[in-house]
Amino acid sequence: MNGISLLIIRDIKLSFRNGSEAIMSIIFFILAGMLFQFGLDPNSRVLTQIGGGIIWVIALLAAMLSLGRMFNNDYEDGSLEQYFLAPIPIVFVALAKAISHWLTTGIFLVVAAPLIALFYNLPNTILMPLVISMLLGTPTLSLIGSTGAALILGSRNSSVLIPLIVLPLYIPVLIFGSLAINSAVEGAEYNNFLMVLAGLFLIALALSPWATAAALRQAIE
Amino acid sequence: MLNFFANPNRFSRISAKVVPWFGGGTIILLIIGIYFSLFSSPPDYQQGNAVRIMYVHVPAAWTALACYVFIAIMSAISLIYKHPLADIACRSAAPLGVGFTIIVLATGSLWGKPTWGTWWVWDARLTSVLILLFLYLGHISLTHAFDSQDRGAKAAAVLALIGFINIPIIKFSVDWWNTLHQPASIARLDGPSIDTSMLVPLLLMALAFIFYFITMLLIRMRTELAVRKTHALKYKMGH
Repeated sequence: MNGISLLIIRDIKLSFRNGSEAIMSIIFFILAGMLFQFGLDPNSRVLTQIGGGIIWVIALLAAMLSLGRMFNNDYEDGSLEQYFLAPIPIVFVALAKAISHWLTTGIFLVVAAPLIALFYNLPNTILMPLVISMLLGTPTLSLIGSTGAALILGSRNSSVLIPLIVLPLYIPVLIFGSLAINSAVEGAEYNNFLMVLAGLFLIALALSPWATAAALRQAIE
Repeated sequence: MLNFFANPNRFSRISAKVVPWFGGGTIILLIIGIYFSLFSSPPDYQQGNAVRIMYVHVPAAWTALACYVFIAIMSAISLIYKHPLADIACRSAAPLGVGFTIIVLATGSLWGKPTWGTWWVWDARLTSVLILLFLYLGHISLTHAFDSQDRGAKAAAVLALIGFINIPIIKFSVDWWNTLHQPASIARLDGPSIDTSMLVPLLLMALAFIFYFITMLLIRMRTELAVRKTHALKYKMGH
């Protein structure tokens, strides 16, 4: 089995061992999705109008919550330096970390999103664009998030710094994701927004492992 | 030229001689520019005298973008050539960029209220300039977030290069999306479409802002170098 798969399996096993940390993001996603029902009138049309945007915003925040622990444990116990000594290029280590982050966080967000859509009285026509946009968007969030997490390794107040660095880079994904869902709610064409999301995913897939690798290299010096 | 300024003492000596010229030039250009903007240029046929906010808003926008491009270039030089002054240049320029971006957003709001009827709208250019502000703030926070100054500078350099994608988005957003902010009328392939009586004060104010940026940048860089020298001396003397 090659190095990337070994890394991904290791990370998934570790996140199953610390079960509570991994579940935190998905619990936050579901609870925050329910909160708007308590804040607003549950039967109103407002929920339908804002539902698409809200699902994407809380998906963003849920993805961001779990970024802090992506590299921190490895940085503190020295495994990060061992990654540099391994025969795999550090770029692929960064890619493997992003993939394992998506497999432990993002994929559950994709599964939970249609459930949250029930809370917002969204019509059934949005389920397809919702799932596709989340399938394209959440890996992008994991990739961009891995770069942000690598940049703040070893800093003093990293929990405050992560939102400040990562959220501006997340905004294009948020804009096109919620545009896709809102267009579907109105019954308009949404494929072009899904195409843009696919484009953003490909750009992140190509570029962010290199940026993460550069940031990790600085972290261990 | 890169290697010429690699010696911080030589940079401090030369910039000490140059700063008064840039400072004086800033003041002169500001006086001439403000005179031209407020008195010698015509009011707009539609907006009246509110158009004069443009003579602050547009040059500030150009300077904010130029500052980010400067930071991105210095970040690349710092990461590739490990030039000793490149990190100091980035660290000194970032707060200036924040200031100019805030001026752009504030004057834009003040101009938008009488002409568009709204303080703010989520069109592509306004949103991407707001993202530029957050990129600047993230850059400054990241620089100061580490106990080691070098680590902070290098992390911020990577962030600056990642955020560079925002600059073409800001520049071309008014061409790609047809929303509220007006399209480009000066930096176009066909040449400026603005009248000379308005172009002259605009360019004067832009030059004044650039001179101000250079003056402040050099002063801040020399201050930073002096601070580091002081720390090194204190460390050597055992404090």
